[in-house]
Amino acid sequence: MSRGVPLLIVGAGPAGLAAAAAAAEAGVTVTLLDNQSSPGGQIYRGLAAGGAAREALGVDYLGADYLKGLPLIDAARREGIAHLGGASVWEVSRERRVQATRQGKVEAWQADRLILANGAMERPMPFPGWTLPGVMTAGAGQILLKASGLLPQGRVVLAGSGPLLILLASQYLRAGVTPAALVETTPGGRLGQALSLLPGALRAPAYLTKGMGLLRAVRRIPRYRQARDLRAEGGETVEALSFTAQGGRHRVACDLLLLHQGVVPNLQITRALGLAHDWDDRARCWRPRLGDWGASGIDGIAVAGDGGGIVGAAAAALQGRLAGLQAAHQLSALSADERDRRAAPVKRALAREQAARPFLDRLYAPGEAFLSPADETLVCRCEEVRAGQIRAWVGLGCSGPNQTKAFGRPGMGPCQGRMCGLTVAEIIAKERGVSPAEVGYYRIRPPILPVTLGELASLEDDADHAEAL
Amino acid sequence: MPDAFAFTRLPDPSRQKLTLDFEGVAIEASVGDSVAAAVLAAGHRLTRTTPVGGSGRGPYCMMGVCFDCLMEIDGEQNRQACMVEARDGMKVRRMRGARPLAEARA
Repeated sequence: MSRGVPLLIVGAGPAGLAAAAAAAEAGVTVTLLDNQSSPGGQIYRGLAAGGAAREALGVDYLGADYLKGLPLIDAARREGIAHLGGASVWEVSRERRVQATRQGKVEAWQADRLILANGAMERPMPFPGWTLPGVMTAGAGQILLKASGLLPQGRVVLAGSGPLLILLASQYLRAGVTPAALVETTPGGRLGQALSLLPGALRAPAYLTKGMGLLRAVRRIPRYRQARDLRAEGGETVEALSFTAQGGRHRVACDLLLLHQGVVPNLQITRALGLAHDWDDRARCWRPRLGDWGASGIDGIAVAGDGGGIVGAAAAALQGRLAGLQAAHQLSALSADERDRRAAPVKRALAREQAARPFLDRLYAPGEAFLSPADETLVCRCEEVRAGQIRAWVGLGCSGPNQTKAFGRPGMGPCQGRMCGLTVAEIIAKERGVSPAEVGYYRIRPPILPVTLGELASLEDDADHAEAL
Repeated sequence: MPDAFAFTRLPDPSRQKLTLDFEGVAIEASVGDSVAAAVLAAGHRLTRTTPVGGSGRGPYCMMGVCFDCLMEIDGEQNRQACMVEARDGMKVRRMRGARPLAEARA
C-alpha cells in the first residue's frame, strides 16, 4: 500500500531543500524524506536543531558559511512541504515507488515525480590500520562538532587531502583545540598540474579566497607535506600515525585520527535504479549520466546535488532549484516560459559556482597509494578482504568487482560495498592496465539498507490486504 | 570500561541532558546526540568486534555509510548507532562478533 504524492524528494540537504522550496513556491505539494531528524544534510547538520543558542555558537567555531544553510532551511519550512525526518529509504523503483523505514515502520509512497538529492559521502581512505577504533573521517569529526558540540580532548591528528581537512582544522583551532599534526598526503607537483585550470577557477574567486584564508589560519598546526606510507598503529585503539615525509619516517602519537581525501557521490540509489553511470577520471569516481534539469533517463526521476557528481553545497542548491522548477512544470504548476524565467538566473549562478571545481579536483586528487593501497591494507572493512587478495584474484582471471564476490565476498557485508567499491575497482583496473570505466562497479540491489521482517510486516498493518498482496 | 580518550562538550543550554546505559554503566548524553556520539562522548572508541576476524571497531563515518558503529540498542542487534537518536534510559551494548541466531529467536 503506498500513498500517492505529486512530488517526492529524497534528501533534505542543500539540493533537496532548494528543490522543495522551488516546487512549493509554484504550488506543488512536496514530500521531503531525509534520514536525519532535522533538515540541512551533513553540511548544515545541527543547524536547524538548536535554535538561537546554536546559531550564536555556530558563528564562533564553524564559520560564516555554516549559517548560509539557514535561509535554505527556512525556505523549506513553508506550507505545502511535508518534511519527514528519520526516514531510511531502502528502495526506489523505476516506477517511482519509494519505500522507507521510519520510526520502526515501513512506509511507501507512489510519486508522480521524484527528485533524488541523496548527496555525497567521504571517499574511503584505506591504508594499514585505518580500521582501528579511534580512526574516523574528518567529516565524522565535523558531525560530532555540529550535531553534538563535541571537541576531542586528547591528541588529534588530521591526515589526508582536500578542503574539508583544512576547514576542520581551522574550526578546531577556533574552538580552542590545536591538533597535534596536519599530515597532508597530496603528492608533489599537483599545483603545477592544476595551474592550467586556475584561470577558470578565478571566475569563482570566493572559493580561492576562502581556501587561502583557511590555509593561513592553520599555520599554527605542525604540518607535514607529501606524506606517504601511512600506518595507523595501536592495539585495541589507535595510538599513533606513522608516515614518511620530508625525507624521514615520523610517528605522531594520537588518540583520534581523522582522515579525509575528498568526497564522492553516494550512488547507492542511482545504482540500484540501474541508471547509466560514467567514470569521471578527473574526480576518480562514477556519476550518474544526467540530462537537462538533472533528468535521469527514467521518466519522472531527476537527480540533483552531489549525488549526481560533486559540485559543493552552493551549486547543489542551485541544481536542486532547477530540478524543483522542472518538476513543477511537468506537474503543470508552471508554464515552460515561467519555468525558464525563474531558471535563468539560477543557471547563470550555477555556471559561476562550478568554475572552481576542475581546479580543486585536480589539485586535491588522491595520491595513487590511497586509491590502490598496499597489499596488507584491509579494503573491505565488512568482510575483511585485503588489497593483496584482490590482486591475487585478478591473477586468477577475476575481471571486475562483481566477480570478486565469488572469490571472497568483498562488498557483500552490511555496507554493501559503499566503503570498498571504489578501491576494489581501482585495484582491479590498475592490475589489468585498464580504466575503472572498463572493470565497472558492484551491482547494487534493493534493499539498500537493512530492513527487518517486523518492519516490513508493519506496512500491511494500515493497508487493505488485497491491495498489499 | 572507558578508554583514556574523551571529548569535551561545548556548552549549549538549549539541550537537555539524558542518561543511557552502556554495557551496564550509566553515561550522560545530550538531546540530539546519536547513540554513537553519546558513546564516543563518554570516552568509548571501541564499540564492536567484527564477525569475520574478531577485530575491534568503532564509529568511522557517523553518517550511516560505513556500518562500523553497529551496536545492540534496547535489545535489537546490529543497529547503526550513528543513525539512532539517543533517548533517556536506552540500553546500549557492543556488538560482539556475529548476531547469534539462537539469541535472535529468544
